[in-house]
Amino acid sequence: MVKRMDKVDVVTVGVGWSGGIVASELSKAGFKVVGLERGAESSVEDYVSSKDDVRYRQRLEMMEKLNKSTFTTRRSIDEEALPIRNKMSIKIGTDVGGGGSHWAAQTHRYFPYDFEIRSQTIERYGEEKIPDWMTIQDWGITYDELEPYYDTFEKTMGISGEEDPLAAPRSSPYPTPPLKKTAVMRLFEEATKKLGYHPFVIPGGTLSEKYENPDGQVINACQYCSFCERFGCDFGAKADPVITVIPTAKETGNFELRTHSEVKRVLYEGDKATGVLYVNTLTGEEYEQPADVVVLTSYTFNNTKLLLLSEIGKPYDPKTGKGVIGKNFTDHHTSPGIKGLFKDRKFNRFISTGMLGSVITDFAADNFDHTDVDFIHGGHVEAREGGNMPIETNITPEGTPSWGKEFKKESLYYHNRHVSFFLQRASMPHKENYLDLDPTYKDDYGDPLLRITNDFTENEHKMDEFLLEKGDEIMKEMGASETQLNYVEHFDGNLAYQHNSGGVIMGDDPETSAVNNYMQMWDMNNLFVCGASAFPHFGTSNPTLTLGALTYRATEGIIDYLNNGEGQLLKTESKEEKV
Amino acid sequence: MTDNENKRENEDGSNNEKTNEIENVSRRKFLKSSGIAAGGVVGGALLGSLLGNPFKSEPSTKVQPLSIDYGETRQFFKRKSDFDILNFATETIYPEDEHGAGAMNLGVPYYIDKQLASPWGQNAEDYMRKPFIKKDQTSLNRGEVFLRGLRKLNEVAQKEHEDEFKNLEEEKQIELLKKFEADEVEMEFVSSAYFFELLRQTTLEGCYCDPMYGGNKNMEGWKMKEFPGARLSYTDYVEEEDFVALDPVSLKTQTQ
Repeated sequence: MVKRMDKVDVVTVGVGWSGGIVASELSKAGFKVVGLERGAESSVEDYVSSKDDVRYRQRLEMMEKLNKSTFTTRRSIDEEALPIRNKMSIKIGTDVGGGGSHWAAQTHRYFPYDFEIRSQTIERYGEEKIPDWMTIQDWGITYDELEPYYDTFEKTMGISGEEDPLAAPRSSPYPTPPLKKTAVMRLFEEATKKLGYHPFVIPGGTLSEKYENPDGQVINACQYCSFCERFGCDFGAKADPVITVIPTAKETGNFELRTHSEVKRVLYEGDKATGVLYVNTLTGEEYEQPADVVVLTSYTFNNTKLLLLSEIGKPYDPKTGKGVIGKNFTDHHTSPGIKGLFKDRKFNRFISTGMLGSVITDFAADNFDHTDVDFIHGGHVEAREGGNMPIETNITPEGTPSWGKEFKKESLYYHNRHVSFFLQRASMPHKENYLDLDPTYKDDYGDPLLRITNDFTENEHKMDEFLLEKGDEIMKEMGASETQLNYVEHFDGNLAYQHNSGGVIMGDDPETSAVNNYMQMWDMNNLFVCGASAFPHFGTSNPTLTLGALTYRATEGIIDYLNNGEGQLLKTESKEEKV
Repeated sequence: MTDNENKRENEDGSNNEKTNEIENVSRRKFLKSSGIAAGGVVGGALLGSLLGNPFKSEPSTKVQPLSIDYGETRQFFKRKSDFDILNFATETIYPEDEHGAGAMNLGVPYYIDKQLASPWGQNAEDYMRKPFIKKDQTSLNRGEVFLRGLRKLNEVAQKEHEDEFKNLEEEKQIELLKKFEADEVEMEFVSSAYFFELLRQTTLEGCYCDPMYGGNKNMEGWKMKEFPGARLSYTDYVEEEDFVALDPVSLKTQTQ
């Protein structure tokens, strides 16, 4: 029997960054919010004594377990999908805070080009520049419209950064100064400047100094200890929902956080959501949480899966290109990379903050002329301090075996004598890369698993070749005695980072998108879907800042909706015709 | 699965298995006659020293530069023979050399033993629902993969060199492991390459884990890599131009 709870104004499904932002903004505005989180409670106390490579980096303590549910993957629509079985193959945050607790906290804004990618590409290069299979579309919002929300989220997190000379204007400077520069970063700056590029220190949420955010939450100064990405911060020095938006929401007295509560369905009558059905994961008991507004704030996959299971919105069909739920799936990361071996130079490679490094965006977005290249968008070249965790860092010259005497000798020698580049690059959507429900494999509740159909595209391959060539030039300029280029041909079913987007994409047309630019479903006015699930394509850099900015905008829309009655917040021509 | 495993190995009838059987019988006899099994607290070290050598006939032509440490209680491996193969397989992957200790002296076999006894070794957090339709989607848990892989190592050693893996010359041990790495050895329900990768990965983990896990003894692995371990802060060193050599620190300094 389903137990019915008291009705609230807003219920969020998941309590990470986007759930936390919705909770803090709505509860501050006086609305009653319940946050349903399938994981456990977490606090900074959980992060103390956590500098443990095996438990956190190798065994992924803070990531989703797959024993109850997973995803199936395949590379093309003709293949049979297989489930991802090994927990190590997926890095999706679990428990309160979600990905916002274990992230490396790199926070670039997307470029104006991203939001108007289709129209700007056509305007500059003509429609033939876009291949038939590439389903890029404008986001239904411009950079200028989103800028104030970027600013708000950066201030919530206290982002430490240096301005990107090639980025769009900012309404205010970064809240805190950039992080310190290591010898590697200085060397990268020198080399890239010499080659005519524009290096700057990567902006991020591991803070250069102690900071109090506008809600009164304090984030401490980073200690550069390196136990950062995949770890929680024991110093409270990393922007994390657990020490920012969630306590802000709790302090209002209007927010109730309910853990071990896994939402199975969005409930609705006609075209209006009435609440959600969830299960207490400890007891198996089912509950109904009625609400005026339902906000899906879980990861890309779960946002999409819940809509498909609840039969809300039209599922995407890769053959016809019709439908929207599951459309434009992108997997951002299995990025190419470059290793530079420095025979005669040692670096303090064990020092990092998770995202510490320097970067150039000269080859990102439309920052360079694409007339003579046969791909769209581009990527960063980042010289990153990875922290050099000793289990996974085993750098050897080309041709060295991966075990045995020679391996040991070389991997010891080069442990502190190398530099790593990440070539973070944009992922363009392909009409046959999408999400739907798997016909064979089930989760613990008997529901079908989400199926991921994905492979890297020509666009990515061409982009990789281009970026590897540029990166190689920089690495050699820095003085590397040997460079190793890592090129990735195919999607191998591993989801390397929590960087996936699409499935519930935003836009200005209900025929081609699922939500408007307030993250409000076109088909259900009181259902909002926040997350990178809204990105029609994946930009060059990490998703959190952009998805958080979009969520801040969504909270304005939700407040407007609750105050001013029902209806679409955004009137478009085609929607008005329908109404 | 245990039934299948036993059945198959009986069918194979490998010399290796027979040897194990004999050793086990001998051990039981010994325990019985010495009265140790009947009661009394016997430390792992004592048992190890009592049982380590008397019943093995070490080939006189082979010189083993390293001896197996039986000083700790095993949590996963029941058969001493499996643990012996594990010792020499990990040492082949990460050998002792002029830079310092190899896998055996770093405690890697005990690290792996504990990991296989942990929820990870039993795939407790992995998706293990049926159907399994490909070999790289093995239905075996990591502990089972290890047992089969190690015994297969001995089986192939017996077949090709008429001796146990641990007694082979280093070159032959390397050659055998390369066959597993290249997936050239046929195994049931799992590929030999999968087993090898698991062996390689856990060996490196054992060399460089925090010492509290049983590997990286005396932080020797970290010292070799000049990795300073679980230090609280590097703020004062970030901007240094030159390499800063720091003594490693274990997590045990931060448990309060």
